[in-house]
Amino acid sequence: MIRTRGLSYSYANSGAAAPLRFPDVDLRQGGTLLVRGRSGSGKSTWLSLMAGLRGASGGDLFVAGTQLGTQRGAEIDAWRARSIGFLPQKLYLSSALTVADNLALVYFAAGLRRDDAAITRALAHVGVAELAARKPHQLSGGQAQRVALARAVLLSPEVLLADEPTASLDDESAADALELLQQSAAACDASLIIATHDQRVVAALAGAQTLDLNEIGTQRLLDKREQL
Amino acid sequence: MNSGVIKLARLSWRYLWSRPLAAVLNLLVLTLGLAAITLVLLVATQLDKAFERDLAGIDLVVGAKGSPLQLILAGVFHIDVPTGNIPLQEVQALQKNPLVAQVIPLSLGDSYQGYRIVGTTPDYVTHYEATLAEGALWQQPMDAVLGATVARGIVKASHAGAPLVGATFVGSHGLGGGGHAHGDHPYRVSGVLKPCGCVLDRLILTSTESVWMVHETATASDPEDLEILKEEREVTVALVRYRTPMAAVTLPRQINADTTMQAAAPAIEVTRLLRLLGVGADVLRAFGGVLLAVAALSVFIALWNAVRERRADLAMLRMLGAPPGRVAGLVLWEALWLAALASVLGLLLGHLLAHGLGWALQAQGLLPVTGLIWLPAEAGVPLMAAGVAALAALLPAMQAYRTEVADLLSQP
Repeated sequence: MIRTRGLSYSYANSGAAAPLRFPDVDLRQGGTLLVRGRSGSGKSTWLSLMAGLRGASGGDLFVAGTQLGTQRGAEIDAWRARSIGFLPQKLYLSSALTVADNLALVYFAAGLRRDDAAITRALAHVGVAELAARKPHQLSGGQAQRVALARAVLLSPEVLLADEPTASLDDESAADALELLQQSAAACDASLIIATHDQRVVAALAGAQTLDLNEIGTQRLLDKREQL
Repeated sequence: MNSGVIKLARLSWRYLWSRPLAAVLNLLVLTLGLAAITLVLLVATQLDKAFERDLAGIDLVVGAKGSPLQLILAGVFHIDVPTGNIPLQEVQALQKNPLVAQVIPLSLGDSYQGYRIVGTTPDYVTHYEATLAEGALWQQPMDAVLGATVARGIVKASHAGAPLVGATFVGSHGLGGGGHAHGDHPYRVSGVLKPCGCVLDRLILTSTESVWMVHETATASDPEDLEILKEEREVTVALVRYRTPMAAVTLPRQINADTTMQAAAPAIEVTRLLRLLGVGADVLRAFGGVLLAVAALSVFIALWNAVRERRADLAMLRMLGAPPGRVAGLVLWEALWLAALASVLGLLLGHLLAHGLGWALQAQGLLPVTGLIWLPAEAGVPLMAAGVAALAALLPAMQAYRTEVADLLSQP
């Protein structure tokens, strides 16, 4: 579940520029939200606010049953480990580790005991169980994305955030990736939030709840031009 | 150790070896620094101990005029040639001096397989509290008692299994070997000493008369000549113990001024020697310190670059919920792994070098040094390594602690 009211964010180095003001959102547990907007419109910023990686400048923010902004750093970290799954645009798989060990980082980060059976299940669910012993550089782009998805849903998060998940994929792979993302979110009853400017995704999720940031993106561009 | 620390250690181990070349080079530099420090520690401690042990209870060394340091090295440690011989009569006079409690005469000149044959009295054995492993002390001229190292060396070299006591050998003239053999006067082994950890281990002891007998008959051309030699008998060194501390003030000056002999105070000469040796030890220690500083710098650069290269990995860990301390701990652990490995390798290499040095010194009949002992002070080596590594890891760990997650993850 996600609820935002009067959410705003101001960049530390933005000078006198007005803060980003985001529209209010209400997303039920297990629902899907499409965050649309062109590059620079604040999609990634909004996602990082949902993940507790940035603190909001104003407004109220409830994510996965927690009001963000009221906890200390360690509490936010523990909450994020437990409640948020994140599929970034760059996948950030560690080249020093095998696929299975990359997934095990989730347990390390959360301070939990490694569960190899769960890792195998998660990899099997996204169809790459046989790649567990490989290093990331031995994977194709599509395989790497599946591994990153398995990592994101390993602890059955309440919210699954995906930033431009189809950016570098062809049509067929993009459709597969989107389906897998939805399946994975549904499997753990997570709210799925996809930030994208990919029209294929917009078309595929035509009926989904949408947060359109194009307007505030335009406003931001105007602000920047005024500053110049 | 709790499971969190174990996980941290395990993961940092993987990260360490993800850059094998950098890891090996850092390990090498750190190991060399620690090995140099271990070597200095082992050698300096053993030399100090050897000097202290061999000098115990000897207040003054009296011998022929020359270098006082040479006299001490030859007469006490048996690692140099003597300055000459001194008349027996003068030594006997010294023995009667009221300031003197004890005089132990030593007569040098011959050796066997590189081990010095020393003519002396049983007081010499008593002085070092040495005891017999087998046989008995010399009962008559040409009986000889072997020090423990000598016995081991002889068995290894030639004797192969046969009992040592009762065996005979012929000394050769000179202390370094290679001199002519005194074939007419073979020695008979009457006993073998237990290892005493002192200079006696490296010596073959016999009565003073044995040494006189070998040399007088070798030198004299007729019986009359022999009688003259007997009247002019000499010894090489006299080890003196004072009856009273006051003797230290007057006796050396008295000997140096009124006799043909020279008196050398071991305490003064050994201090001088240790000062000379100390310069060498300081240089080696400083070299070890420089290596450690280079290692610290190298570890720092490697970790700094590792944190930069791994910025995304660290950010991902933060994204997955790892607290900043745990992320910084990864970097610190990586450095501690290096320190732990380098400590083991550095200690082993230091001991190996000390053993090699000991072997070379022993081959020349010099002071005993071994790499087979462990000193309590060596516990400081891993601590030093951990300190250096932790210092080198401090800034990179802080950099990891401050990893900016949101900015990095939002990069397209």
